[in-house]
Amino acid sequence: MQHVDGNAIAGPLAEFFAFDVTTATARCIGCGNVAELARAMVYMSAAGTVVRCGSCDQVLATIVESGDRAWIGFSGVSAIEVRRG
Amino acid sequence: MSFITRGFSGRSRERDDRLPPGQTLVSDFPVLSAGPTPEIDTADWEFTIRTESGMHSWNWDEFMALKIDDVDTDIHCVTHWSKLGTRWRGVSLDTLFEDVETEYDYVMAHSYGGYTTNVPLDELLDGKAWVAFEFDGEPLDPEHGGPARLLVPHLYFWKSAKWVRGLVMMDQDEPGFWEQNGYHIHGDPWKEERYW
Repeated sequence: MQHVDGNAIAGPLAEFFAFDVTTATARCIGCGNVAELARAMVYMSAAGTVVRCGSCDQVLATIVESGDRAWIGFSGVSAIEVRRG
Repeated sequence: MSFITRGFSGRSRERDDRLPPGQTLVSDFPVLSAGPTPEIDTADWEFTIRTESGMHSWNWDEFMALKIDDVDTDIHCVTHWSKLGTRWRGVSLDTLFEDVETEYDYVMAHSYGGYTTNVPLDELLDGKAWVAFEFDGEPLDPEHGGPARLLVPHLYFWKSAKWVRGLVMMDQDEPGFWEQNGYHIHGDPWKEERYW
């Protein structure tokens, strides 16, 4: 199967993330808990933001910001459910 | 040719040559953390070094019986603050590695609470790193990494893992927690190795 470059997901991601992502539910890879990201525990410091599972403390996501650059990681999330319409 | 001389500019306006580029001097000690502060009783504390061939471990009493160094050093946080002349006490990694044999060149530091950070082994030896348990004459506060933290002052301070519990030798360099999430794999403040 052929692959294409990341530009191909610009459309789908714009659709998925053009809303308040914290209302989406995410599944924790640590304990399997499924909950809205708004229910997660967020630790904010100058180094970055760390989002942890409200059930088991597993790191779900990170946000690192520096001027015009930002890194968003979802290392502890197996999937995010986005409800459409 | 410059018309500015030391006499005109005044020493106070000159940049302190102990400050790496992009850093600002602070007098307090900001707390940065990626999660809740673990409360580790020294009775439960253990430090380990795991190699390809086995494990070395020290409990608190064994650790405190090792040769202890006084360390006077500058520290530099990637969030642009630096603190000069900080005073620590700790055990040198040279001491901890005295009886450790490994062919591997890279280290992953692991902390209570799950934090990790990677450092090449040669940047931990030859008087470059410690496991520190005292800051400014007092036992290290939990919020600053007590009972013991890694101290690698020549790299950005995220490499000085708080609540360190052990080192795992690796045959190749792997990114730790912040290094996976945007920060530089190496982290030299004099080269401003802040991000990928």
